[in-house]
Amino acid sequence: VAGLAPTFGRGAMTNHWVDIKNADVVMVMGGNPAEAHPCGFKWVIEAKIKNKATLVVVDPRFTRTAAVADVYAPIRAGSDIAFLAGLANYLLQKDLVQHEYVKAYTNASYIVRQDYGFDDGLFTGYDEAKRSYDKTTWAYELDKDGFAKVDETLQDPRCVYQLLKGHFSRYTPEKVEEICGTPKAQFLKICEIVGSTSSPAKVMTHLYALGWTQHSQGSQMIRTMAMIQLLLGNMGMPGGGMNALRGHSNIQGLTDLGLLSHLLPGYLTIPTEADTDYATYLEKRIPKPLRPGQMNYLSNYGKFFVSLQKAWWGAAATKENDWAFGYLPKIDGGYDVLRVFENMAQGKMNGYICQGFNPLASFPDKAKLIKALSSLKFLVSIDPLATETASFWENHGEYNDVDPATIQTEVFRLPSTCFAEEDGSLVNSGRWLQWHWKAADPPGDAKGDQEIVGELFTRIRDLYRKEGGTFPDPILNLTWAYKQPASPSPEELAKEFNGVALADVPDPKDPTKFLAKEGEQLPGFGALRDDGTTASGCWIFAGAWTQNGNQMARRDASDPTGLGATGGWAWAWPANRRILYNRASADPAGKPWSPKKKYMTWNGAKWVGPDVPDMRPDAAPQENVGPFIMNAEGVARLWAPGLTDGPFPEHYEPFETPLARNPIGTKVLSNPVARVYPSDREKFGTAKEFPYVATTYRLTEHFHFWTKHTRIGAVLQPEQFVEISEGLAKKKGIANGDRVVVRSKRGKITAKAVVTKRMPTLKAGGQEVETVGIPIHWGFLGQARKGYLTNTLTPTVGDANIQTPEYKAFLVDIEKAPAGQA
Amino acid sequence: MASLDIKARSASTSPAPSARSTLEIAKMVDVSRCIGCKACQSACMEWNDLRGSVGTNDGFYTNPADLNDQTWTLMRFREEEINDSLQWLILKDGCFHCEDPGCLRACPAPGAIIQFSNGIVDFQQDACIGCGYCIAGCPFNIPRLRKEDSKVYKCTLCSDRVAVGLGYAQAAVYDPKGVGGTHVVMVLPHGDRPESYGLPAHPRVGPALALWRSGLARTAGVVTMFGVLVAGILHYMRHGPLEVPEEKKEG
Repeated sequence: VAGLAPTFGRGAMTNHWVDIKNADVVMVMGGNPAEAHPCGFKWVIEAKIKNKATLVVVDPRFTRTAAVADVYAPIRAGSDIAFLAGLANYLLQKDLVQHEYVKAYTNASYIVRQDYGFDDGLFTGYDEAKRSYDKTTWAYELDKDGFAKVDETLQDPRCVYQLLKGHFSRYTPEKVEEICGTPKAQFLKICEIVGSTSSPAKVMTHLYALGWTQHSQGSQMIRTMAMIQLLLGNMGMPGGGMNALRGHSNIQGLTDLGLLSHLLPGYLTIPTEADTDYATYLEKRIPKPLRPGQMNYLSNYGKFFVSLQKAWWGAAATKENDWAFGYLPKIDGGYDVLRVFENMAQGKMNGYICQGFNPLASFPDKAKLIKALSSLKFLVSIDPLATETASFWENHGEYNDVDPATIQTEVFRLPSTCFAEEDGSLVNSGRWLQWHWKAADPPGDAKGDQEIVGELFTRIRDLYRKEGGTFPDPILNLTWAYKQPASPSPEELAKEFNGVALADVPDPKDPTKFLAKEGEQLPGFGALRDDGTTASGCWIFAGAWTQNGNQMARRDASDPTGLGATGGWAWAWPANRRILYNRASADPAGKPWSPKKKYMTWNGAKWVGPDVPDMRPDAAPQENVGPFIMNAEGVARLWAPGLTDGPFPEHYEPFETPLARNPIGTKVLSNPVARVYPSDREKFGTAKEFPYVATTYRLTEHFHFWTKHTRIGAVLQPEQFVEISEGLAKKKGIANGDRVVVRSKRGKITAKAVVTKRMPTLKAGGQEVETVGIPIHWGFLGQARKGYLTNTLTPTVGDANIQTPEYKAFLVDIEKAPAGQA
Repeated sequence: MASLDIKARSASTSPAPSARSTLEIAKMVDVSRCIGCKACQSACMEWNDLRGSVGTNDGFYTNPADLNDQTWTLMRFREEEINDSLQWLILKDGCFHCEDPGCLRACPAPGAIIQFSNGIVDFQQDACIGCGYCIAGCPFNIPRLRKEDSKVYKCTLCSDRVAVGLGYAQAAVYDPKGVGGTHVVMVLPHGDRPESYGLPAHPRVGPALALWRSGLARTAGVVTMFGVLVAGILHYMRHGPLEVPEEKKEG
């Protein structure tokens, strides 16, 4: 999501699963939905059947998605930006650009400050010591009113369009072949197919997942494709979009509710040390308008924030005390999981509560994680399964070779329920909140997560009541008005997320009416106020449980237009909108770009169509209100200063690369602002020691580290394996089905070898590049055969923007296992 | 399913009842849309309460390596370069429910194999004598003998679900004429080369079986006498009925 929000304004799948069927071209790169999202993939098949859509797959491996593709091209793991920049360059050179769209709906015409620049792999403002950019120069030229200057002709050499053309001009088809190892002919074939969707009558959807996020430059990979989709005019369109397929059920809900360390619910951000009071906090978060007449929707930030504080602290949050701003923690930096485990390994943490989370299996460098967990005083695991994390102290021979006698960590296991053992809602990739109902009682002593947390909280509150403390107020004053305080119900929580009127909320358009009367559920976030008269636990969920009841439980599948905009099925954030930025599905005059692609249109008085307009409903086209309402510009950003590592994407090698230099020709080898801890840098391997590229991934037969606990899952894919090419197998004397040892600088695993034509040998950077494919699903617990946690091998370095670890490209060596290890 | 609906019965001469007929059914597998997710294989195990042992990886995505008494539906994976383009050919293997079932013709045990009027060919394990002739008689190499009980098992086409009006537990057309057509219809993207999927190009019921069925099932004595002979012929034809032919061992 860190690539999407700086471009479009919101960080979520822009369209939804069913909408994929409307595409003319389906491009899959950075994902493998046939294997990782097999159920949702039916909409790709539907597009192929009903729409004669062309399916294009680019992947280091020939996957099950590639097996049903019309065109497949191989790519060296970690070189995606070069491929996409080459694709963008092709479109710009061949003028396969939807000009009217680009001019009206992107910042192509905006003039960038004269002192911004890019040279030899670095943007202006780089501080090598801090490994970060001073972004002062990353800004538009402003006029006397503070608005960005624009050149509608796109000819000014300092306008974004010209800067973009110049920046990407280095990425020629020859260069793409050299960097990515993708044969030029295949690359050009894909360019042609993608370019065909620059026509207003043809639309391409892009599907990606962890194949892009799990790189040290993952956000920028996503962003490059987002830019291409803008150049082609495919955003906001049915059958278009940038579709981030989520890797876990409800991981979308997790980010929506602010469970990342830097977030509050609804993508509000947690205060930092520098935010000394509410006014300072708010001032930094309300963007100044960059063009006249735009919605600049985040100017409402205060309404969302105050309503959140009222939901959490009710009467204790008042105007006088800055809406209890002082109750919130002020962070002194990121607390992403890589940093947390670094701190833990350094002995800076005493306890860790691990809820629905198996970090020992899921995070890089298992040896480091074992060291970190061993230095805790206590670890709490709340999980329906016996996870490797909760059993990290157990000796499982070669698979977990630890000495329990030396580990003093006290581990508490609190068994919780599975999704089918509880009521509640899940948010899918397409932002739908779908209510589900309990199907079975949990086994044994397992309890729902709310009950576990409810019991913990009420006991902690009792202790604060009895014993006081340095600052008991946030705990004692927390709103906890549940019927059973030790066990809040899903219904109570859902109503709280939606929000409630604390006083009558008058309708600003008609003072004789009210948007909500005191005590009523709010109809949507449009009713939120910053004067303390509304409460909402997650503003983007406002509308999910209104006075009309639970909207998430709706199951009306009627689809009058056949476009899959089933507004009566469940509820989608924001405001039940199914396709984000859908104002862009019409031209600037409010007419469809093509009669074949009609979606939202202006009828002379308001926006109409099968969806909820992503626009003020009565904003007439001549008002020139841009369709990207969350951005201060009102348009989408081809040039985006919001990222940490550059307003334009640039190819850098993964931190472990088989190449000695960056083949794009700059001096900068890897992402210059990605955070690397010294102890982790020591554990990076070199191509001399570890000559092969490794990439980790999921298989259809398993879901992460869960289904190895089920018999059927274990039968379908019983034993750990790695995949290598026929050429590498021959070179190393490995036969299909042999046991092999795979080593990285951080550790080794043994597994069976699958020798396959599906792992291509590529020529990149003037040398042969072999890839070792490593599925992730095995561990030392469960019904499948015992295996190694694959993160024994992976390096600790994350994406420069969001710290997602680089699991998709690192270095290993492989050899046949010595005899006797069969 | 009521006996009235049985159209053919192994080693039996009594004519089939004809007072009523059921709708003939078929299952279509469109391989061009298949992504090899194994959900059908998993659903088959769930519905039929089959739990095979946790096997090994022998270098293939096909797991278990072959059909067995606990695996009636198996996704098979093969790699082949066709016209210079790599293809990952994924096929759902299991009984085709032939219109002219070689297994039923070969079976010497009365009523151990039946064909319902809706087309489903079903094994009745209580009547099975474990001779394995059905395995030899099958042109698709589908039935598997369970050592523990000496009974042969295969896909029922969810006869128990179909009988009560439910669908199957699972989800260029391959419908070979040599077996009189089948009740499993395959759409193959490379329909001109079924061998690439591990399917026989022209499966047919062997001439010995035709003879066996038409001329010999007159008296029990003759059946016994010729049974030995036919078994010998079949063994010769198939290199032993219980062995897995080489072309089935793929990835």
